[in-house]
Amino acid sequence: MENLLWILLSAMVVNNFTLALFLGLCPFMGVSARVGTALRMGMANVFVLTITSLCAWFLNSFVLPHAPYLRLISFIVVIASLVQIVEMVIKKVSPTLFRQLGIFLPLITTNCAILGLAIFQTNRGYDLLEGLFFALGAGLGLTLALVLMASIRETTELADVPDLAKGTALVLIVAGSLSLAFMGFAGLLST
Amino acid sequence: MRETTPREDLVRGIWRENPVLIQMLGLCPALAVTNTVANSLAMGIATFFVLCGSSVLVSLLKKAIPHEVRISTYILIIATFVTVADMTLEAVVPTIHKALGAFIALIVVNCMILGRQEAFASKRPVSRALIDAVGTGLGFTIALFLMGAVREILGSGTFLGASLFGPRFEPWVVFVLPAGGFLTLGFLLLGLSWWERRKRDRAEAA
Repeated sequence: MENLLWILLSAMVVNNFTLALFLGLCPFMGVSARVGTALRMGMANVFVLTITSLCAWFLNSFVLPHAPYLRLISFIVVIASLVQIVEMVIKKVSPTLFRQLGIFLPLITTNCAILGLAIFQTNRGYDLLEGLFFALGAGLGLTLALVLMASIRETTELADVPDLAKGTALVLIVAGSLSLAFMGFAGLLST
Repeated sequence: MRETTPREDLVRGIWRENPVLIQMLGLCPALAVTNTVANSLAMGIATFFVLCGSSVLVSLLKKAIPHEVRISTYILIIATFVTVADMTLEAVVPTIHKALGAFIALIVVNCMILGRQEAFASKRPVSRALIDAVGTGLGFTIALFLMGAVREILGSGTFLGASLFGPRFEPWVVFVLPAGGFLTLGFLLLGLSWWERRKRDRAEAA
C-alpha cells in the first residue's frame, strides 16, 4: 500500500507530468483559458490514461516479450484505436458525457502524456496495480496543473499586462513560476 | 493554395514559420531535453532524420494511402523511423540516449512532424517534400540549439561541456531545472516579439 501511494503522489505532484516532465503541453497551452473546460479536459485525461495503463500492461506481459522492436509501433496503434473505441462506447452508453467531453476525447490520442505514460510504465517495470496508480496520479497531476493554469489565466485577463508579453510568452512565464512552485514538492518524498 | 518556390519552402521553416518559436509545435522536446547543448543537438538531429525520412516516404506513397486512414498511416510511418533513430542512438551514443530517455520515443507524437505530413508532404512531389522537411527540421534544430545554449551557459556556465567563466562563476541552477525551460522559451518569445515590433515601427516610420 505504501508503495502504491508513493507512486500516486510522486506522479501527481513531485514529478508532475506537465510541469516537471513537459508532457501534455499542447492541452496545457491550448485549453487552459477557462477553469471549466480545463477540469473536463483533465478528467478525460484521467480516464484515457487509466485505460492506456491497462493496455500497456497487457502488451508488455503477453505480446512484446516476443517482439521488443515493435514496442513503439504497437503502443501507438493500440492507443489510437482504443481512444476511438472508447469514444464510440461512450457515445452509445452516455450521450451526455460524450457531449461534455466533446472534442477533447479524440484530441487526447495525440497527447504525448499518454504515450509517455505507457513508455515510463514499461521502463520502470510496473505491475498491473502499480501501473493503474501511476496512471491515476499522472492524470490527477495533469488536471491539477491545467486547473491551476486556467485560474491564473482567468485572472491575468483582467490584469494590465504589457502588450509584448500578451499570449504565449505570458503563459510560458506563468508556467515557469508554477513549475518553480512545484519544485517545492521535491522534498516531500525522498527517493 | 498559392504555389511556392523550392527556395521559399526551404527558408520558410527555418525562420518565418519556425516550428517552435512561431508555430508553437513540438514544445515537449523543446522544453524537456534542452538543458545542455549536446542533448539539444542530438534531439534536433534525431527529429530532423525522422522528419526527412517520413516526409519522403509519405510523399512517395501519397497515391497508395487511402484518405480515410491517412493519419494512422502517417503515424505508423513516423513510428518506424523513430524506432530506427532510437536504436541507432542507443548503439552510437549510449550516454546521450540515456539522457534523452523516453523523449526519443516521444518524437512519434511531435505534432510538428505529423503537421508537415498532413499539410505538405502528402500533396507534393518527393523533392519538394524533402526540401520542406529539411527546412522545418533545420528550424527545429536551430530553436533547440538556442534554448540549449541559453540554458547551459546560464545554468551550468559551460558550453558543450567546456567551462566558460572559470571556477568563480555561480551557476544559475534554475535554468537547467524544468522551470528554466518554460522561462527561457517565454523570454525568447518576448525578445522575438520585441524585435518584430521594432522592425514594424521602423518600417512605418520610414
